[in-house]
Amino acid sequence: MSAFLTLLFRNRLAALGAVVIAAILILVLNIPLLPLHDPDVTATADRFMRPFAEGHLLGTDHLGRDLLSRLLHGTRLSLAVGIAAALIAAAIGSAIGIFAGYFGGRTDNIVMRGVDMLMAFPYILLALAIVAALGPGLMNALIAVAAVNVPFFARNIRGITVGLAGREFVDAARLAGMGHIRIVLTELLPNVLPVIVIAMSTTVGWMILETAGLSFLGLGSQPPQADLGSMLGEARSAMISHPHTSIVPGLMIFLIVMSINLLGDGVRDALDPRLRSGALSRPRATTLVKRHGDVPPATDELLAIQDLHTEFHVGKRNLRAVDGVSLAVRPGECLGVIGESGSGKSVTALSVMGLVASPPGVITGGAARFQGEDLIGAPYESLRQKRGNRVAYIFQDPLSTLHPLYRVGQQLAEAIRSHNNLSNTEARVRAIQLLNDVRIPNAKSRVDDYPHEMSGGMRQRVGIAMALANEPDVIIADEPTTALDVTVQAQILSLLDDLRRERGLAIIFITHDFGVVAQLCDRVAVMYAGQIVEEGPTQAVLDAPAHPYTKRLIACVPELGGGRRELAAIPGLPPVLDDLPPGCAFAPRCSKAAKRCRQGEIPLHGPAFHAVRCLFPERAL
Amino acid sequence: MPALKVEHLAKTYPQKRPLFGAAPPGVRAVRPMSFQVETGETLGVVGESGCGKSTLARMLVGLLEPTEGTIEVEGKALGTADPSEFGKLIQYVFQDPQSSLNPRKTIRQVMEAPLKRLHGMAKPARKRRIAEIFASVNLREEFLDRYPHEFSGGQAQRIGIARALAASPRIIILDEPVSALDVSVQAQVLNLLADLKTRFGLTYLFITHDLAVVEAVSERIVVLYFGAVVEIGRADRIFASPRHPYTGLLAESAPVVGRSLKAPEQKGIELPDPLNPPSGCAFAGRCPRATDLCRTREPELKQMGEDQLAACHYPLEN
Repeated sequence: MSAFLTLLFRNRLAALGAVVIAAILILVLNIPLLPLHDPDVTATADRFMRPFAEGHLLGTDHLGRDLLSRLLHGTRLSLAVGIAAALIAAAIGSAIGIFAGYFGGRTDNIVMRGVDMLMAFPYILLALAIVAALGPGLMNALIAVAAVNVPFFARNIRGITVGLAGREFVDAARLAGMGHIRIVLTELLPNVLPVIVIAMSTTVGWMILETAGLSFLGLGSQPPQADLGSMLGEARSAMISHPHTSIVPGLMIFLIVMSINLLGDGVRDALDPRLRSGALSRPRATTLVKRHGDVPPATDELLAIQDLHTEFHVGKRNLRAVDGVSLAVRPGECLGVIGESGSGKSVTALSVMGLVASPPGVITGGAARFQGEDLIGAPYESLRQKRGNRVAYIFQDPLSTLHPLYRVGQQLAEAIRSHNNLSNTEARVRAIQLLNDVRIPNAKSRVDDYPHEMSGGMRQRVGIAMALANEPDVIIADEPTTALDVTVQAQILSLLDDLRRERGLAIIFITHDFGVVAQLCDRVAVMYAGQIVEEGPTQAVLDAPAHPYTKRLIACVPELGGGRRELAAIPGLPPVLDDLPPGCAFAPRCSKAAKRCRQGEIPLHGPAFHAVRCLFPERAL
Repeated sequence: MPALKVEHLAKTYPQKRPLFGAAPPGVRAVRPMSFQVETGETLGVVGESGCGKSTLARMLVGLLEPTEGTIEVEGKALGTADPSEFGKLIQYVFQDPQSSLNPRKTIRQVMEAPLKRLHGMAKPARKRRIAEIFASVNLREEFLDRYPHEFSGGQAQRIGIARALAASPRIIILDEPVSALDVSVQAQVLNLLADLKTRFGLTYLFITHDLAVVEAVSERIVVLYFGAVVEIGRADRIFASPRHPYTGLLAESAPVVGRSLKAPEQKGIELPDPLNPPSGCAFAGRCPRATDLCRTREPELKQMGEDQLAACHYPLEN
């Protein structure tokens, strides 16, 4: 709650709106305590007195009634009606929305088509029709305004509910024996409540305006009762001769609606989890670089990551995602990077081309050199030239990396044309050739498919084709086969293997699967809590791991053909990155840990080809 | 008496009727299948995406109404889909532990629901039972007043298992229970499941796409392809000596340390289209042994060897 308020008031305009509406609310709630005239007592002798006249601060209207008193009473009434209408509309609309969204199918169809019909009428016409049927009066105007706004809530809430009703926790509740009513009330309602509040906060102002509109037409509050709309309506005839009678209620309507809308937008932004997680603050085009210390000197490797440090600064927390990682690949070589979630393997890969989202990501040290040139802190234009051209990425989920509305051929052509000066037809020919290269059957007709028309394996081939589009020197593949079936995975792996042998591509292959590493990679680096704990030739590391973590991780993975058995597990959980223990990060889970393991930095040591970060390695190197 | 007996269970999703003309035939997500699971057994179900594993699981717990066929638990037939009737006998552990917990409920509220709704327990009895279950899944009781987002994947999955146990079911359907977890945590959860099975005399149906995991935990394995059972056999034999070519393909495709990389299949194979299913054997299009017989007649599940069944006209030899 306090976090919500801080967020809300960080938005200056929302704070302004809150102050104005609070002031108005305090004024109208204290009406009985204020020395005001009776709003309905007429005194024709004193009609149309100007503002600041004696005894009448805002003057009087055409019947000599005190404008200030009428304004405050009218404001109170308008606010009450507007808020009541919003509450009623929200309650009925949300109930309809949840009902339709939860039951779905035919119920949903019938209910929502009814709501659509309600929406098809111009709102003022509908309100007029309702008031005409019920007769004029403030209560009926309230009903009309509420009815007109029900579809808005119903549609909004239905959309949210449809998404929630398919979630697994609703299935789990059904299996726990809960009935439909109980599921709606205890499982769905708490989850849609923020959306209802957001929808309400953005519509209250609108509803006050609509009520005022009906009163202006003489269909809302009846004389002598004052509300803002009827005051405007009565002042209309004297608009030219005595403008203050219409300006005063007009200004009040403006203030109320404006302040409520500003506050409502602020509430929406502060409550919406998507916006709260920083969707409003666009990430920079490249990762923020704030390097401390010296930049390591250049080497002659194709791609070298040197002592890289990448952190995430989230509020007061400082997450050390990558903590001094050094890796290098040569042409034609495949380097595997293996680790569990949170070990920093993906962040290492994304840091190379400045693709870590900033905020919150910050590169705080080290270098990433492509052919000796440091990419960290390089100007955006030079990075953009190399992204996809010299160093290309393949991501895990091809469905989320391909644009759903463009044909795959167009997307491939775009990737080609962004680095080469080719015509559309030439790019298309090249795209077909690329699809052939990644062994998509019928490339000529497949080039015009949309991503959703392809299977998962086909889409990942398109992802690989896109990475190959500009004949890069290095491909960084971040779990490219994790989302695929085993038979498809086998095909993709053999494709990558052929490509690097034919074209001399260097591949950095990020995965959590030892089987994949064993089949594809020449060398492997094992990461834990942002550091490399072991690096060496794949065969040597898998056959005789030197770090206890590597050894135990390999033991955890069941291997096909091993039969039914108890599996080895590593007790405990990986450490939290903003609270890393001193010394070895694995020490709390390690059976060999001694006092020395828990103090000071432990270096990666051993012969150049096989290094380990451990004081008590499993074997001598 | 088997713990679970399924006969001719099938699910066909109807297709939308076009504006003119007759409705097209439905999509057969699960073709009529029969199998049984003995008490105390773990039956593994493997298959790739779209093979009907999840549809099967949802029918078995009553979340989805079967188009035809029967489900019997310990000799008692379960009627139409009603999760609260099924819930006392069969429970479900979901693939994604986080999304199976309501983000706005404390763990205590989550745990209490099955005790209250399915068993009508009073408050003190519920408290005792929750403490018991939490102890058996190695979770601390202080977790009860926290919200789901405060837990890691492994802990959340243990909470999911605890919730399934709370209903005191006879059978638990495990739908990819460890595929969202890291390997070091995966083994913890698998071992816990094995331990709980012996302690409470449970029967498991273990659904996964990971061959090595399913082999390590199951007694028997069912292989699904395109909504149908293609092979059933003992876990220690089925991948070592498969009879159906698809089982063989799966076993060859799994990445194994120490086996060199080769694509076990010709390039550019297209999977069968559920909207336009092939006649005959669904695997014929990918099978190097397929003949005209395979493309016209659907093979039936036949006994092959002692305790292995396969649906193939030309099964692999041992």
